[in-house]
Amino acid sequence: MSRHVISVLVDNQSGVLSRVAGLFSRRGYNIDSLSVGETENSQFSRMTIVVRGDDSTLEQIKKQLNKLIDVIKVVSLTSESSVYRELVLVKVAADDKTRAAINDIVDIFRAKIIDIAPKSLTIEITGDEPKIQAFIDLMKPYGIIEMARTGLTALQRGDLSITNNNNN
Amino acid sequence: MQLTGSEILLECLMEQGVDTIFGYPGGAVLNIYDALAKYPNNIRHILPSHEQGAAHAADGYARATGKVGVCLATSGPGATNLVTGIATAYMDSVPLVAITGNVPLSLLGKDSFQEVDIAGITMPITKHNFIVKDVKDLAEIVRKAFYIAQEGRPGPVLIDIPKDITAQKTEFQSAKPYQITRKTGTITDQAITRAIQLLKESRRPLIYAGGGVIQSGASAELCQFAERLNAPVSLSLMGLGGFPGTHPLFCGLIGMHGSKTSNLAATRCDLLIALGARFSDRVVSNVEKFAPEAKILHIDIDPAEINKNVQSYHYIIGDLKSTLKKLNEKLAQLELPETSEWQKQIEDWKLRFPLQYKDDSNLKPHYIIERIYALTEGEAVITTEVGQHQIWAAQYYKFDHPRTFISSGGLGTMGYGLGASIGAQIGRPDKRVFNIAGDGSFRMNCNELATAVEYQLPIIVVIMNNRALGMVRQWQDLFYDQRFSQSSIDRATDFVKLAEAYGAVGFNLTSKADVDTVLQQALAAKGPVVINCEIDQNDKVFPIVPPGAAIEDLMTE
Repeated sequence: MSRHVISVLVDNQSGVLSRVAGLFSRRGYNIDSLSVGETENSQFSRMTIVVRGDDSTLEQIKKQLNKLIDVIKVVSLTSESSVYRELVLVKVAADDKTRAAINDIVDIFRAKIIDIAPKSLTIEITGDEPKIQAFIDLMKPYGIIEMARTGLTALQRGDLSITNNNNN
Repeated sequence: MQLTGSEILLECLMEQGVDTIFGYPGGAVLNIYDALAKYPNNIRHILPSHEQGAAHAADGYARATGKVGVCLATSGPGATNLVTGIATAYMDSVPLVAITGNVPLSLLGKDSFQEVDIAGITMPITKHNFIVKDVKDLAEIVRKAFYIAQEGRPGPVLIDIPKDITAQKTEFQSAKPYQITRKTGTITDQAITRAIQLLKESRRPLIYAGGGVIQSGASAELCQFAERLNAPVSLSLMGLGGFPGTHPLFCGLIGMHGSKTSNLAATRCDLLIALGARFSDRVVSNVEKFAPEAKILHIDIDPAEINKNVQSYHYIIGDLKSTLKKLNEKLAQLELPETSEWQKQIEDWKLRFPLQYKDDSNLKPHYIIERIYALTEGEAVITTEVGQHQIWAAQYYKFDHPRTFISSGGLGTMGYGLGASIGAQIGRPDKRVFNIAGDGSFRMNCNELATAVEYQLPIIVVIMNNRALGMVRQWQDLFYDQRFSQSSIDRATDFVKLAEAYGAVGFNLTSKADVDTVLQQALAAKGPVVINCEIDQNDKVFPIVPPGAAIEDLMTE
């Protein structure tokens, strides 16, 4: 089962998130992550949904999404033609002995330390999935106290936007 | 013009040409009912015994007339009682607008008296639903709801209106309903050409048509198409009436209770032409063994149906009537291949495997249906409950006209038929309406007899009384080693007395010799009639495809 990133333009209305989430759960589609927020036009929101499934499942997901009245446009964003980003906050155990080493890794990954405490560092990192995963793997030995992820968000590369993209 | 929310709602219903609604009053809709009392000549209100009856009646009305059915209920239990009816309409793509009251906005979300999140509950069983949060949005929401219910593949839409919205006033301006246009933009020349190519190559075509034929009003086009191709036609349960049951090309139902001819034809055909049908599991049974030799040409208005249950070789998305018109135009100018061998094969199967039952001196349900067909000259509207009687009605009444077979196909809702027959009779006062029922199904919602009596609707309820949940019992008999777990319902209920208690006329029918006399008496009665037919518990529905089997492997006795 491969991973697909779908971008969904929806009416910015109450209930729309539950319509989309409900569709996924009742038809048995697996969501890896879902992120949602207002677009450049406050009338619309954009959802980025990462799903797992074969091509026919992906086709069904897109068709079923298109049947929802609040859904305006659905496009698949392939890794070659899109930029993916996720923001992750990681709280890592850190003391005087480890702080410098962690800081070095943070610099290499162009991440940011946004909170510091006697026994921990909270780090903000953005990137695509491989970068995030690599960073998390490097932090694990120090002890990850807690972590919060926004889920993937994505846009198509180039001049196209979701409203004039016919490649759905 | 300043109007209250209630008045705006009624004005908007009238804009849409609604002249009948099925509803039940209650606290949250008091304002709407108060306004309704001021519009008595514009909108006829039918009061059922139970909100579920209102939903089924609105559904039956919609199926019988092709118009949008409208039902109305109060908040909380009133709204939840509509749920089975809404789900039934959703599964069979019936255009329905359900209106519910709710507690005032300020009390929403506080577990107030008779509050329920009906929008949340009905999300998976409606095409769309609305909660009206501002009286200024109400008119537009009602107009949109009617548009959504009818546009494309039809379905139910729910509008939830908090009580305070129904009392608040705002400026109202009437407007024309949104125009419903046939979806033709996706029927490309390229798609038509490719379909024609497939039709030209096929030596063994089979048409499998469903409810889309009726929704689209494509019966005449389907007839022309089938006759031009000389292709046999099998129908899903939802498709009955979409192609004449008396037509020489008609092969009967397809699938679980399909005719042997239909199921063999599906298995041997080289081109399966699916028209407004969705390859439900009740048709396909075992996907791997379904139509193994065929290319599938799928024509449907809903893109999500393409490749959902079976993979199609080619498809056209769009309005069926328009698509068939285009195909017919092209076909008229074409040489078609020789298919006489296939036609001979179909005729041979029809002769060797006719639909049959053991017609002895006992009272048989099949015989009763055949006599109803004969005495009504095929012109009645038949509604059904769900179970054995439903399939017997589907098999033995020959439906020649669309919108004359009204049955819960997708959801399989026991208790659907009586409410539906009320809606159908109100929508089609010119037609005789029969509700074919079983004793189990009838008992579920027989309270609606009170409604039929109140409105003096001459509905004839025919109960195939085998003192059992017949279809369950049949499965237990055939597939569960005859362990008849909880399927016997040999209750003391006297259906004739029950009918009389409601103010209807009741007949007992126990012998074959009396069938015509009783039916004629029923047809002569003014109001509703209940005929209790005592049939054998061991009468079964045949053919039947055992679970998981290929559809050609059907049991015929």
